[in-house]
Amino acid sequence: MHEMSIAIQIIEIAGASIPDELKGTPVEKLNLKIGKLSAVIPDSLVFCFDIAAENTAFEGSFLNIEEIPVRLKCLSCDHQWIIEEPAFKCDSCNSGSIEVISGRELDIESIEFQD
Amino acid sequence: MEIKVAQKMLDANDEMARHNRLLFKEKNVFVINIMSSPGSGKTTLLEKTLGRIQPDINCGIIVGDICTKNDAERILKTGAPAIQINTDAFGGECHLSAGSIEKAASDFNLEEMDLLIVENVGNLVCPAEFDIGEDVRVVVLSVTEGEDKPLKYPLMFRESSLALLNKIDLLPYLDYDIGLTKKYITRINAEMPVIEISSKTLEGFDQWIEWLKNRIIQKK
Repeated sequence: MHEMSIAIQIIEIAGASIPDELKGTPVEKLNLKIGKLSAVIPDSLVFCFDIAAENTAFEGSFLNIEEIPVRLKCLSCDHQWIIEEPAFKCDSCNSGSIEVISGRELDIESIEFQD
Repeated sequence: MEIKVAQKMLDANDEMARHNRLLFKEKNVFVINIMSSPGSGKTTLLEKTLGRIQPDINCGIIVGDICTKNDAERILKTGAPAIQINTDAFGGECHLSAGSIEKAASDFNLEEMDLLIVENVGNLVCPAEFDIGEDVRVVVLSVTEGEDKPLKYPLMFRESSLALLNKIDLLPYLDYDIGLTKKYITRINAEMPVIEISSKTLEGFDQWIEWLKNRIIQKK
């Protein structure tokens, strides 16, 4: 799949956001948010990240992934709920007019450095 | 010590997709991204579709595959300009990215084009995640694939504007419950229209071509 190219992009984006004064400080943790509806598999991403991080500021750092549940909003009755199974129908009024409010995240949140 | 990054992993792709969308709007080209699993009949569907809409509609085709130029060669025989993207040249990717579309589109004369059709890499997972700057996404599902595919690949069916249920000429020979497939599609995306189609008998083609022409007119 595409986890390796995403791992490389994460390292590029996160690497570019390290300020000059912290360059060379070992990175302890990289915090990500990944929605459960996204087409990225956290275990595969961790595997690829560990390889892609070699010889970068992130070598040996921990990839901390917060998985974001799929939260829906009914556009007919405003009801909001979280789904565990793929069922995009309002469990209150049965409408199929649904907006996905969360669950599509592929976000790089923050970098934690060793003290 | 912690520093905020707050950026999207696919920022580079999304930015290129925005750029593509602006370009296609400026050139008045309607762009459709066709996605499916391998072997669902995308290329045959395209050949038959081009036979119906050319020369009234000026088309260009981009076909994505990991390897081979076979699909582009088939499309070229219809008279439409076609460009093959082989993703192995970029690391064996499982989807077309916005950057690869930008590069391929620069080889077309967009001024004379009404419709750009992108046949994505056969894969029901990854292409759904990558915006290429298209106007609409169409998912093709053939009746030899199993009724529960919409439940197994919900993102693909959430992200599409139309589902084409292909190869319905085979239904008499299969234990396939097309009503069940439609029920599952409704569970994922109740507002998405579904057209039953056969590239062999051309059943359903009138409806599909009408949908396509309406969407092209809406953009102009």
